[in-house]
Order: sequence, then structure tokens, then C-alpha cells
Amino acid sequence: MFSFVARRIAVAIPTLLVLLVISFLLMQTAPGGPFTSEKPLPAQVLANIEAKYGLNDPMWKQFTNYITGIVTAFDFGPSYRYKDRTVNDIIAQGFPVTLTYGTISFIVAVFVGGLLGIAAAIKHNSWLDYIAVGITIGAQVLPNFVMAPILLLIFTLWLGWLPGGGWNGGQWNYLIMPVIALSTSYMASIARLTRSSMLEVLRSNFIRTARAKGLPNRVIIWRHALKPSILPVVSYLGPAFVGMVTGSFIIDSIFSTGGIGFFYVNAAFNRDYAVMMGLTILLGTMTIAFNMVVDILYAWIDPKIRL
Amino acid sequence: MNLSIKSVLLVSAFALASPALAAGTHPVTGEALADSQTFTYRVGDESPSIDPQIAEDVDGGDILRDLFEGLFNQDAKGNRIPGVATDFTVSDDKLTYTFTLRPEAKWSDGAPVTAGDFVYAWQRLADPETASPYQWYAEVMGLKNASAVVAGEMPVSELGVRAIDDHTLEATLANPLPYFPDTLVHGSTFPAPKWAIEAHGADWTKPGNMVSNGAYVLTEHVPNERLVRERNPMYWNDANTIIEKVTALVITDENVAFTRYQAGELDQTDIPTGQYPTLAKSNPDEVVVYPSLCSYYYMFNVSGNGPEYLMDKRIRQALSYAIDRDIIVNQVTQGGQFPAYNFTPAATAGFTVPDSIEYGNWSQDERNAKAIELMAEAGYDSANPLDLTLIYNTNEGHRKIAIAVSQMWKQNLGVNVTLENQEWKTFLQTRSDQAYDVARGGWCGDYNEASTFLDLVQSGSGYNDSKYNNPDVDALLAEAKTSDNPQPIYTKVEEIIAEDMPIIPIYHYTGVLMMNPSLKGWPIENVQENWYSRDLYRVAE
Repeated sequence: MFSFVARRIAVAIPTLLVLLVISFLLMQTAPGGPFTSEKPLPAQVLANIEAKYGLNDPMWKQFTNYITGIVTAFDFGPSYRYKDRTVNDIIAQGFPVTLTYGTISFIVAVFVGGLLGIAAAIKHNSWLDYIAVGITIGAQVLPNFVMAPILLLIFTLWLGWLPGGGWNGGQWNYLIMPVIALSTSYMASIARLTRSSMLEVLRSNFIRTARAKGLPNRVIIWRHALKPSILPVVSYLGPAFVGMVTGSFIIDSIFSTGGIGFFYVNAAFNRDYAVMMGLTILLGTMTIAFNMVVDILYAWIDPKIRL
Repeated sequence: MNLSIKSVLLVSAFALASPALAAGTHPVTGEALADSQTFTYRVGDESPSIDPQIAEDVDGGDILRDLFEGLFNQDAKGNRIPGVATDFTVSDDKLTYTFTLRPEAKWSDGAPVTAGDFVYAWQRLADPETASPYQWYAEVMGLKNASAVVAGEMPVSELGVRAIDDHTLEATLANPLPYFPDTLVHGSTFPAPKWAIEAHGADWTKPGNMVSNGAYVLTEHVPNERLVRERNPMYWNDANTIIEKVTALVITDENVAFTRYQAGELDQTDIPTGQYPTLAKSNPDEVVVYPSLCSYYYMFNVSGNGPEYLMDKRIRQALSYAIDRDIIVNQVTQGGQFPAYNFTPAATAGFTVPDSIEYGNWSQDERNAKAIELMAEAGYDSANPLDLTLIYNTNEGHRKIAIAVSQMWKQNLGVNVTLENQEWKTFLQTRSDQAYDVARGGWCGDYNEASTFLDLVQSGSGYNDSKYNNPDVDALLAEAKTSDNPQPIYTKVEEIIAEDMPIIPIYHYTGVLMMNPSLKGWPIENVQENWYSRDLYRVAE
């Protein structure tokens, strides 16, 4: 176990470095730069700004300076767009926001999706199954950029129950719509995965044996069938969790939450190199970490797998 | 325990507030004021900075005018009125301006606002170390040695500004500039609190750190979510401020913002594209329309790197004539915009749209007929059609206009148009590399004078993406800079570019807002859209 984790971390560092180099190069090759605008800056002003941010250094030096800043001072550099802020500021403000609504959405998606999937599988081909499948297909085909404005119309404009956006320190009523809009499609995927794998497990020989032994249905489902049927779901949950807690451009922009999903996409549009890199590192690190967690969980759930 | 403290506080707050509420009438108009004096509005994007010398966008400028106060302000009509400066004198050679500062002006921490605060701010603006994107504004102001300071060739102490005493500020210009005092309503020239900046570094603009001298102080700022400013009791004219709390909410999507306006969460928002005609009928008391200092246009690549046929002015004219501007503004943009046949908007101060621009007076049928004739002369018709590519930055509104224009070109002139949208920065790069045939452009004036528009067609201008080069135009524009009456010169320039047609003016922008009818004092006649929250108020409904 320990050697497994050590091995994964040893692989993670070069992986992150490769990710960094590639994103750095991709960014540099994108046309325009952070200070390109409809009213181009006078050459002297541009030169002063580039000098301030070290953008006139050769590319390799910019890269090594950047890495040195991170390693020695945990400094991810300044934002070229939001000139009063550093990347550290932006992550410190935006990440807790997406972490909050992302984690809640994740929990909602896992519980609702999981239960829906299990229920559909147990009552296979019954009205419950049809309803569950109907809901999941509906949730899957309704993208969140369509759903979010609809929620807004219903809960803010017509019913007047919920505020139409903002964060307000994560107060519960500001969280409801972002959570519904974000969790729905994940919930649908989890439900479908759970249902199909549960159905497969329920048809397998060891379940038939358990039934033959006369075990009550409840014990068969929860003790014998659940564990093997959530395996494929677990491998989906790792990336899903990262996807949810790092936020969504749609959720952040429609509900004005101030989360990092919006900063990330806008950083690409604005050529805000340092913000882009900082958030890529965050995202990359989390993806690697949660894939590792999934692997560990796998071994714990399925004794056939040895780390 | 907690509750009881809270209720005691509440009761005492009411006790304190109620006399003010009882006397709630507007001091000038006498209207009954609402109990709650708040103003919440939408901004489409987080401002890059709210540091006076570093801020660069319009929304940031709005915030700065609330938080800080410069030497001058503007009134509801856009006229210059005293701010921190009560008065000024000009030397005979028109190079030295001496400003008398208001002795009662204070910073939010109680320190007096002194001439030194302005000297520090202006030096900070020009300082290459600050690396402000608005550094060039020191040159627009015409301050002596500004260019050398910006270039790092002279120390900031050589900039043409100094404090004679705490309440007397002297500015020295490189050349006489009649509109110098008008440049001082801009946020870049607002004073800066040296002590706060030195204590907190770049973090000085955060709530709690920021010291400011305007009618409001910054109390909350969550980037990409909200920015809140509340009344500053230290402001010298606080007695006349009515709005207590101003909130800017960042809402990217205009339709979402409109929904939130309808739900009562916002007092003001932009009207989503295409909804103006309906709303003007259904909610006339909420719709506000005003001309804005911006032009929408298409530019031709006349650099020589582009297609050969675009060097033929008959083709450029034909393409311009064939666009029915009335259809564009009435059927496509639908926001009360003004069809344009010249570049400078009519709302620009001291500028009259020249009636000598002939094609603007023709009917569209006449324009179309002339366009077909010109194309035929140039050797193109439906049998031998012209092919061109029109690029625009990715945006639903620009796409609709581009489709309409391409249809007009196709139907009237048989031109085959390929439409191509590009992501913003890519688009700007393509344009400045002259790697296009025809491209979309939008231009908003930096100040309220025609040269802010016409400089765009000057050959040396960094903004001239057409690479239009006409020595006559350059000479006229240079002459206008020093002329006492530049209007005839601007007319001449507009005539020349209407003939040469390096750009196709399409429309002049309007601002269309939904505004809560209880909110009064919005300066719709100020074409620069410089509004101050302290001039606003809410009437009782």
C-alpha cells in the first residue's frame, strides 16, 4: 500500500511537469497576448508592462522563473488581467466556492443517482424502473446551460423563492440552484451506471446461490450485490468529483458565484497566462490525486485487486 | 444573549435613523424619498482593477468616480464642475495651470486631501514601475515631460506637476491644450493615498485597506460576484449624498441579468439584444435610451497585403452603399441605434454630422443602383461575382449583422461572402496583422471630441487596422490639433473618408437600459455616461 502510494506520487510529478510544459507552450502559441486589445497600447507602455511581468524574457526563462516561484515561495504569480490580484488570491477566493457547491453536488449526485439506479435495478422492468430511466435520460439530455436559466425563471422570477445568483458566503438559499444545475447530469450518469451494473450482478451465479440459500432480499442487495455493482461507478466518481469541485463555467457565469470555473475559462480568453497555469496545476494535481484515491478504494472494495 | 444584543442594536439603529426618514424629501426637487436608499446595478464583467491609476475599463471608471474624487466632476449634462479643485488660473502662455484645492476635502481615514496626493498620483500614473495600461493618459493630459517619464528617460519628479502648498497644485503642460481641465474628470487623475499604498502594496485596493476620498468607501469586494460601496461620512459633501449603498453585481449573461431585474434584484440592467422594441411598448417608464459615443463599422484591408480588388475605391464604395443601415438598426440590432454614413457620432461635443456626405442623403434604392453601377465599372457583376471573407469576433449580435450584410451584398451585387468568426484575441491579432479582407470594428471615444474617432484613420495610428494612408487626412488631423475651430477640418476629413471609404460606418451606438422607475437622477444627457451615485436618489413609490 505504502509503496503503491509512493510509486504513484513519483509518477505524478513528471506527469504534472509535462502537463505544465504543454499548457505553457499551447498558451504561448495562441494568437494575441494578455495585453492585446481593440485599442492597442502604445509601444512604450506595452514595453513597461511586459518588463514589469517579465514577459520580455526568453520563454525558457519565463518558465523556469515561474516554476522557481512556485517551488520556493508557493507563488503562482500575478494575474495579468485582474491587476490588483495574484493567482494565489484568485484561487483562495474562488476555490472554496467551487469546492463547497461541488462537494454538495457530488453528495447529492451520488446519493440520489445511486439510490435511483439501485431501485431501478431491483424493480427491473417495473413502473419504478421506467420512471427512473425516464428521469435519468431527461437529466442527461438537458444540459446545464439550458437548465440553469429555466431554474432561474421558475425559482427566482415566478416563485420568488430563491435569489437569482451571487454567493453571499455560501448561504444555503444561494446554493440550491447551482447544486441542482451542476449535479443533475452527474446524477443521471451515476444512476445509469449503477442500474446496469447492479442488473448484471443480480444475474450472476453467486447471487443465485444466495437466493437459493434463502437469504432475505435486503441482505442479498445490500450485503452481496452492492459492493461489486458499485465498482464501475467508483471509477467514474474520481474524475466526476474533480470535475465538480473545480467548478463549472456555466454555473459560475449564470449564477455569478465567483468560483474558479469562470476564472479558468476566462483566463484562456484573456490570455491570462499565470491564472491559466495556476488553475491547470490545481486541476491536474486534483485529478491525479483522486485517481489515486479511486485506485485505493478499488483495492478495498474488490479483494481480487492488489495494489 | 446574542439575540438580545442584536435587538438592542436594531432598536437603536431605528431610533437613530427615524428622524432622517421623517425628513425624507429631496433637498432640491422636494420629492418624497424612499426609506431604503440603495442602488444595485449589473456589470457584465469584473473590472481588471479599481486602483485609480491602473483601472482601464468603463465599469472600473464608474466605481472610481464613487470611491474617489478628482479635481473636477461632471454634472448631469456632462459639463465640468468643481470637485476637489474649487477654482483654477491659467498663465498667459497657457502652459501653467494653478488649481486651488478645497480645504475641507478629506480622505476616508480623516487625513486632509492635499496637492501632494495629486502629485503622487500623477507621478504614479506616468511611472514605468507602476506599468499602468493607462500610462499614456499622462501624455493625453499633455503634462510636461510625460513621454520622457513614461519611457523611463527622466525621473518622475520631472513630470509637469508640483504642489506649491497643501492646497495649491500647479500643472505645467508641454504645449497649450485648451481641454486640459476636461481631461481631469478621468479616474486616472484621481488622487492616491501614498500611506495606504505603501502600507499594503497591491492589496491596498481591498476592502478595509482602501483609503479613498469620494462619496463612498469600498466595503465588500468579491471578484466576479459583487462590489459594494457605502456612504463615506468623511466626504466633504456627504450632507448632499442620498444613496446609502451601491452594489455592482457581476452578471455575465444579459438575459440572466434581465431575469434578475424582473425579479427585483437589480435596479438597472442592459436591455438584452432585440428586446428593446417590445419593452419600449410594454414598460415605457422603465426603458432608458441615450446616444453613446461609439461607432459600429466594417473596415477594409487597404494595406496592400489584402485582395487587390479592395484597393479599388469603387468597390469599397459599392459595398458600403449596398448596406441598408435602416434594416440593420430597425430589424437586426433593434436598440434604437442611429444609422451611420460617417464615422463620428452626432452626439460628440462640438461636432455636427456634415450634410455634405452625399450618399447619406440618397434613398436606399439610389444607393443600390449606384453600387451596381460602380461594381460594373470595376468589372464585377452577378456573372463574374466578387468573393470576399468577412470576419467578426464571436458574438451573437455581430453574427446577425454579418449575415444581414452578406445577404445585402449577395442580393444587390452578387458578391459571395464567406463569414468567419474568431475568438476575440485571435480576431484582434488577425486584424492587426492585416490577414483579412473585411473585418468588423467597434470604436468608443476616449473623450468627448471628434479627434478621438478620426485619429483612427490617421496613417500612423496604432488603431488603424485598415492601414488606410492618405497624407491629406494626416495633414488635416495634425492641423486640427492646434486649431481654435477644428469643426470645418473634421467635416473635411469625414468627406474624404466618405469618398475613399476605407471603413464602412454602419451605426452609432445607443445605450439601452432598464431602470427601476423609483430611481432618479440618472444623467441621460451626459453622453460620456459619467454617472455619480451621489447624484442619484430613490423616490417613495
